[in-house]
Amino acid sequence: MTSYLARRAAQAIVVVIGVTILTFILIHLIPGSAARAALGVHATSGRIAIFNTAYGLDKPLYAQFADYVGQLLRGNLGVSYTTQQPVSALIAQRLPGDVLLLGVSTVLAVAIAIPMGIYQAVKRSRLSDQLLDAVSFTLYTMPDFFVAFMLIALFSVQLHILPPEAPQATGIAGLLADPRALVLPIATLTLSNLAGFSRYMRASAIDVLAEDFLRTARAKGLPERLVLVRHVLRNSVLPVVTVVGLTFPNIIAGAVIAEAVFSYQGMGLLFYQAATSHDYPVLLGSTLIVGAATVVGSLAADVAYGLLDPRIRHGRG
Amino acid sequence: MAVGDLTAMAAAGEQSPRHRSGFRAWAGNPRALAGAGTVAALAVFCFFGPVFYHTNQVTVNLNAATHPPGAGHPLGTDGDGYDVLGRLMVGGQSSLELGFAVAAATTVIGVLYGAVAGWAGGVVDMVMMRVIDTFLALPTLVLLLLLVTIFTPTLLSVIVLLTALSWLGTARLVRGEVLALRTREYVQAAKTLGGGRWWIIRRHLVPNAFGVIVVSATFTIADAILMLSVLSFLGLGLPPPAADWGTMLANGLNYLFDGYWWMVYPPAVILVVMLVAINLAGEAARDTLDIRLRRR
Repeated sequence: MTSYLARRAAQAIVVVIGVTILTFILIHLIPGSAARAALGVHATSGRIAIFNTAYGLDKPLYAQFADYVGQLLRGNLGVSYTTQQPVSALIAQRLPGDVLLLGVSTVLAVAIAIPMGIYQAVKRSRLSDQLLDAVSFTLYTMPDFFVAFMLIALFSVQLHILPPEAPQATGIAGLLADPRALVLPIATLTLSNLAGFSRYMRASAIDVLAEDFLRTARAKGLPERLVLVRHVLRNSVLPVVTVVGLTFPNIIAGAVIAEAVFSYQGMGLLFYQAATSHDYPVLLGSTLIVGAATVVGSLAADVAYGLLDPRIRHGRG
Repeated sequence: MAVGDLTAMAAAGEQSPRHRSGFRAWAGNPRALAGAGTVAALAVFCFFGPVFYHTNQVTVNLNAATHPPGAGHPLGTDGDGYDVLGRLMVGGQSSLELGFAVAAATTVIGVLYGAVAGWAGGVVDMVMMRVIDTFLALPTLVLLLLLVTIFTPTLLSVIVLLTALSWLGTARLVRGEVLALRTREYVQAAKTLGGGRWWIIRRHLVPNAFGVIVVSATFTIADAILMLSVLSFLGLGLPPPAADWGTMLANGLNYLFDGYWWMVYPPAVILVVMLVAINLAGEAARDTLDIRLRRR
């Protein structure tokens, strides 16, 4: 277990370094140089030279990379072209909102997916299973933005019970001050994650239902409800931990869309607005943070899986 | 073991009829038929529809904007005066072209990369896989948004960008498959008989990994179409006069609160039907072609 974790952590570090190199390369792919992007097409060559010297862009590539890593290690992600604020401050301001949005919607999706998947596995191939399967399949294939708009069309336009816009405050307290406005963004992400999780949960529970220990449990007279809770639930929930870790990039992609639709003040909206205004420091800084978060997320999922499953905890290496 | 046995073993793996019988099983699956049939019908609608139903999809005509469905415009007109039915056809062309082009390119690159990594093993494999891990650590949408700000989106550039981001999953799958296959007896036999590396990859590994490859290609088509629609929705898709369902839907949604339903529901329904159909065909393919699943 320990050596496995050490190997896994080493891999994670390599990937984070890889993401750093990738964002560095992307900076240099910006058409017509970063200076042109920042100063506009009418900038004089003199101003561009000053900009390049100021940002160290006239140095050789390896020196620029060393500078870049040095700045990153000091927590400096650059300055936004549009707002002139430090990127790290912009991200820090938005991050709590994302923790709230992603945290609540992921927990909700898992909490619904587990009973739904087990129910479907038990009722396998019956009408109720097929109906739920059709629903989750359609949700799974539907674009997230469309789910969001259907919710707006129903709850805001038709029924007038929920606002179509997320709270415009940043910070957890500000967001929680207007809980009704949080419902639709959270519901959108819950639905989009639920579809994948429940399908996975169903498959996992079907596998467990075929295990020998279930026959033993039933043979010794354990009531069916306890069989489901003690044996099916406990064994089929484990892989979901891994799935949540693996779908982390999808969850973030969903957040970009949901935040763009509801103008939720999170990193997704920040990233989207930076993309439409070609604000490269913000784009690259967020990409780096998202990449690191994904690596840490999947590492955490692997660790959790190892700790939760005694077969792995006590198993070989 | 006699050389004759080895030859027999090598021959057993070669010319595997598995994917052929797999195809028959796939074609007999009602989900596969429904999915593939729907995709075919939509392709006919998009590519042959404009031959019979002529509309102007290039010049804006504000006098004809936001007409409800009626004579001359069965599905009404949009905010720029384009005929919605005709635009669905033209828009579908770019979605389908993109989906199939990305899937084809992704498959070629992913299979080559995955086969090489899986076959080479050791340090080469490790380095090649860390490269994939790096890209997979970043959400496709995030990288894609970043890249379309650097490269102006056109149908071709979006195809290239999506391919650059989509081959990773295929490569990883194929590598896993090759790792499992290379220890099989018939591959060992072919090796012992002096079969060259490329010959074995071409003759034994790729055909036996066929199921996994087809399944992954099918899902790539759906993912690529979905990604284009998301990009368009976010206003970073193909610039006008190019049309695609995602842009139509995004534009229509601006009018959702004005009751112009014909700009929202037709592209929404056709997009969702297309995505469901491709995924159905893909799921059916996974159930029938994926040998490990079939045995279960």
